[in-house]
Amino acid sequence: MVATSDKTPAKGTIGSGNRKPGESTSQAWLKEDSVPIVEFRDVTKRFGDFTAVDNVSLKVYPGEFFALLGPSGCGKSTLLRMLAGFETPTSGTILLDGKDIASTPPNLRPVNMMFQSYALFPHLTVAQNIAFGLKRAGMQKGAVEERTREMLRLVKMEQFSGRKPHQMSGGQRQRVALARSLARNPKLLLLDEPLGALDAKLRESTQFELVNIQEKLGTTFIIVTHDQEEAMTVATRIGVMNHGVLAQVDTPADIYENPKSRFVADFIGDVNLIAAKVGGARKVDGEDCIHFTVDGYKQDFVARSAEPLAKGTEAYLAIRPEKITISKSKDTQAANQIEGTVDDIAYVGNLSTYHVRLANGSVIKAQEANRRRISNRQITWEDKVWLSWTAGGGLLLAN
Amino acid sequence: MSGKWRMLTLIGAPYLWLLLFFLAPFVIVLKIALSDTAISIPPYTPQFDLSGGWPAISDFFSNLDFENFKWLIDDSLYINSYISSLTIAFFSTLLALLVGFPFAYAMARAPDNWRPLLLMLVILPFWTSFLIRVYSWIGILKTEGLLNQLLMWLGIIDQPLIIMNTNTAVYIGIVYSYLPFMILPIYSTLEKMDESLLEAAIDLGCNRISAFWLVTVPLALPGIIAGCFLVFIPAVGEFVIPDLLGGTQTLMIGKTLWKEFFSNRDWPVASAVAIVLLLLLVVPILIFQRLLERQQEAEAR
Repeated sequence: MVATSDKTPAKGTIGSGNRKPGESTSQAWLKEDSVPIVEFRDVTKRFGDFTAVDNVSLKVYPGEFFALLGPSGCGKSTLLRMLAGFETPTSGTILLDGKDIASTPPNLRPVNMMFQSYALFPHLTVAQNIAFGLKRAGMQKGAVEERTREMLRLVKMEQFSGRKPHQMSGGQRQRVALARSLARNPKLLLLDEPLGALDAKLRESTQFELVNIQEKLGTTFIIVTHDQEEAMTVATRIGVMNHGVLAQVDTPADIYENPKSRFVADFIGDVNLIAAKVGGARKVDGEDCIHFTVDGYKQDFVARSAEPLAKGTEAYLAIRPEKITISKSKDTQAANQIEGTVDDIAYVGNLSTYHVRLANGSVIKAQEANRRRISNRQITWEDKVWLSWTAGGGLLLAN
Repeated sequence: MSGKWRMLTLIGAPYLWLLLFFLAPFVIVLKIALSDTAISIPPYTPQFDLSGGWPAISDFFSNLDFENFKWLIDDSLYINSYISSLTIAFFSTLLALLVGFPFAYAMARAPDNWRPLLLMLVILPFWTSFLIRVYSWIGILKTEGLLNQLLMWLGIIDQPLIIMNTNTAVYIGIVYSYLPFMILPIYSTLEKMDESLLEAAIDLGCNRISAFWLVTVPLALPGIIAGCFLVFIPAVGEFVIPDLLGGTQTLMIGKTLWKEFFSNRDWPVASAVAIVLLLLLVVPILIFQRLLERQQEAEAR
């Protein structure tokens, strides 16, 4: 009954927060001849004067777990609702399996949605909720029961089949909603902030479970979320949205390591953005880099760049706090080093973030794992410290 | 005052109210129903008199009997009145539901900023006296009234319709008067309904019509039940509307009771009519409360 993927799903490949690339989707987006299951072509959606989705083109491939990530109001939910059929695009086409779905009403699309509020029918039991869509499809009574049991097993809710939604916890309701939306075996499952109502611990374990279920079924999932950690954990690829525009579509690792714009760098994780003046190209250990200067410092710095930058261009160095090493003495080996004063220390248990004030007044955050107890910490407030990082650690972004 | 006393007072106050203004009058009416009619003031016998001592009290109780209740069964007028009242109330409730549900649905689906205004419009008729509103229907429904004038002017009819003083006029009056009681509880359940439930139903293969029957109606059921009781119960005992709009052939128990009480001055029979009416209504009220409790239990979780 369940259309399982012909590729053997990898088990436990996500411990690091990322899937092993290529194991569940074969990186279809890298191949020229891959056929997308969903394609947005220049899709725009306006509500009155407000443009919710602005000329978005996007391809999602079969078996993908695609995450639409962005701040609230960025248009990610609208994109999802257009796919489900609850909104119609103002212009542009949406193709599902190569066919334009504009004229297909939502109840006839081979797409199901898991709602943010779960939208479980309060007057029906868990089993009746799951069977709801199956009965509408005209399935025989015996088959409905069989499929309902199968779905309950999938989400480990067999013993709750007779409960009403109000008799369950948020996490249990979430599972039932997932089972209900998967029961009709859709080609595409849309998840609108599916874990938004769960507490942090439960959310984390549910993310992994969601990935396991997705890999088991091989169904294409598109998830909408504003939680970047969630997107990084579950997704094969992430589409970062801002003001109705797709800012970047890439794998979680590329989104994090190679953001293409200041918005993406800033939205995903924590980042230092330091104003830089481009000097010119330079090779470091065989890698193409660009050297630049920072206001207030005489020495040269070096970093990667997403695109070639002309000499004298104003740019920004984007560097993650965990990629910066902090020490009391100068490290002559490091490609980049800069001196500053410790302004503040944020201790969060496993990590400490040092806020270091530079000579030009700007502040850089450097993060260190607290491998030693806090009482043995070497660095304290107002200390003169040296920050260092490798050539590949930072990324220059054009303005 | 200790917390225990405060709690007892809080719980006791409504019970005291019910005891004074519901149970005590009921006992008095029951007592009159068990008495015999007499030409005196008040027009029934025996009368309760403590000054006569124990023999007078025991004499009083031995003079009470169920003769009036037997009379209600023997004379077909009363049974016909009850049946007619229940029938009129039943169909009026059904009509009010058919008219009221679309109203409530439209209100609940209206834009947020319209809703207070729409709610106001539903409640607005209450600002005019009930009696005046029913009276004004006479001006609309009578043979040379506004409705007939309009229909004839439009050329839809060439003979005036006889509506006034018929059961049709009674139905119109009851549905009109009690419509807000149907609309408000249904509106309150529909308004609370999460719209994503309908989207979920459509997502799972429903069209608009089946989504309505499978999701909207079951979820509105508590409101529908509440509205039906709020219309049915007062409609059964309705007196003003059949008296003003109905004809001589319109039998309703409220009207019969009024005649018994004021025209015949037969307080004991009138009281018996009232007691039976009360019992006829208490059963649906108890069912209603049971349903309400169940709904509240469900919502409390």
